[in-house]
Amino acid sequence: MSDLNKLGLSEARDALRKGETTSVELTQACLTAIDKADALNAFVHKTPEIALERAAAADARLKHGEAPAMCGLPVGIKDLFCTKGVASQAASKILDGFVPEYESTVSQQLADNGAVMLGKLNMDEFAMGSSNETSTYGNAVSPWRRSTEATPLTPGGSSGGSAAAVAADLCLAATGTDTGGSIRQPAAFTGTVGIKPTYGRCSRWGVVAFASSLDQAGPMTKSVRDAAIMLEAMSGHDPKDSTSADLAVPNFEAMLTGDIRGKKIGIPKEYHMEGMPAEIEKLWAEGTAMLKAAGAEIVDISLPHTKYALPAYYVIAPAEASSNLARYDGVRYGNRATLEAGDGITEMYEKTRAQGFGDEVKRRVMVGTYVLSAGFYDAYYNRARRVRSLIKKDFENVFAAGVDAILTPATPSAAFGLGEMSDADPVAMYLLDVFTVTVNLAGLPGIALPAGLDSQGLPLGLQLIGRPWEEGDLLNTAYALEQSTGFVAKPGKWW
Amino acid sequence: MSIDQNTAAKVAKLARIKVEDDALPALAAEFNTILDFIEQLNEVDVEGVEPMTSVTPQRLKRRVDEVNDGGQQDKVLANAPDAREGFFAVPKVVE
Repeated sequence: MSDLNKLGLSEARDALRKGETTSVELTQACLTAIDKADALNAFVHKTPEIALERAAAADARLKHGEAPAMCGLPVGIKDLFCTKGVASQAASKILDGFVPEYESTVSQQLADNGAVMLGKLNMDEFAMGSSNETSTYGNAVSPWRRSTEATPLTPGGSSGGSAAAVAADLCLAATGTDTGGSIRQPAAFTGTVGIKPTYGRCSRWGVVAFASSLDQAGPMTKSVRDAAIMLEAMSGHDPKDSTSADLAVPNFEAMLTGDIRGKKIGIPKEYHMEGMPAEIEKLWAEGTAMLKAAGAEIVDISLPHTKYALPAYYVIAPAEASSNLARYDGVRYGNRATLEAGDGITEMYEKTRAQGFGDEVKRRVMVGTYVLSAGFYDAYYNRARRVRSLIKKDFENVFAAGVDAILTPATPSAAFGLGEMSDADPVAMYLLDVFTVTVNLAGLPGIALPAGLDSQGLPLGLQLIGRPWEEGDLLNTAYALEQSTGFVAKPGKWW
Repeated sequence: MSIDQNTAAKVAKLARIKVEDDALPALAAEFNTILDFIEQLNEVDVEGVEPMTSVTPQRLKRRVDEVNDGGQQDKVLANAPDAREGFFAVPKVVE
């Protein structure tokens, strides 16, 4: 077989089981593709030795007929996941040289399933960003280009390296994490599929924390079926994460029937944003029509507090980040600034954090510090948490009225050029998460899938939002939509 | 609410991030842009609404109160910038 790296998880799994290829062959195809793709800056720590060792072990397992779903399938791991003996630095300078002594639960579960780790993937520093431009490794670059010119484009963020790697066929799939849209927005920008499961579905243990009440891991894949396969392997209760749910994990793939007759799909009026490109409105309308044609009932719904989701997020997420990132103090791990004679412990903290954190991380830590500080806690932090309750209630109301899933655009635009937003104020970048952030605040599952190309040939995505713990039903609706859109476009190879 | 340079300096101090004096005006301006955006929350009627503590209504699990881990001093210290004699080392804290 040729171009093994271009396979998806399900095709490769089936080929392995039929003995048409081996994990070592699949892995070598990916490693070759990775080595030719340095221009994308997606893989920032390559682990070919580990990959080939695991691939050989997977082949042995497959030979014995004892093969879990992910057995032998080469994947990339976002740098936010701690991986034992392999550099894991959340794309931050402050964690230069950090090599964990332990493995995150999610990456361990993937390894136990037989998945092959190819290396660590680029991202925004501490997952704070929407364009992968805040990374200490430099920008990840999208494999996509506009049809008329060659400006390097963002793959989105924060899981930009994951999205670029999957879109460019450097791996069969990748892990991502999503605090405000960091799986779904890059998936939409790169024509890939990304699902953020219900809060508590995947263990957060060993994943570098950004905003603990919002962070969730999820898969980034080439198809909805692949997302179902990989999500199942990543999910499940973990005693080491007290917020992980002690619920059975269904066989998500078995739920992909494509039959959505009688399902009620909500179209939220508040997501018709002022100034949204006509192409996005059109894509959304087409997606709605496809679901209707597949037998779903379309209903107009209202999520009245949508407008306040981003401001609430930009209180809650920085507040939690300021607390979580207090651990980077130059004492236990990572970098310590060089000190001058007479510098005490306070100077050590201040210099270490000033040198180790990038501008966006500093900004968010300080905003978080401010909103939690004496005199402002009630006015900002508690008010934001009250608004968060109202945002969740909006969703509960529509689900109580019988809505099964909600269809929205995934992003307010297609991917933009790297550097194009550098002169904008921080809030302009925050607005990119306008359609995705509500889902994190409400703890719901959300999936982004490609639905078309814009006039410049760039992918555009739609998002489906589901009921809590019903990722299986959500994936099935996404599967039906995927069959209707028939999206197959791939970026032309220039790298 | 407007943040001046003194407040920006105070916040940087609380966050233990060194900010040079000449960078304070730009930092204060950025804070103000972000806070202006956040101010929208004041439009929302939150009377009688409880602040969210957990997005999924669940009681946190408790484990049995017993020692189940430990004895990993080497691993704990392995990534320290300065570890000596089994301890993390820091600049002098007390005179």
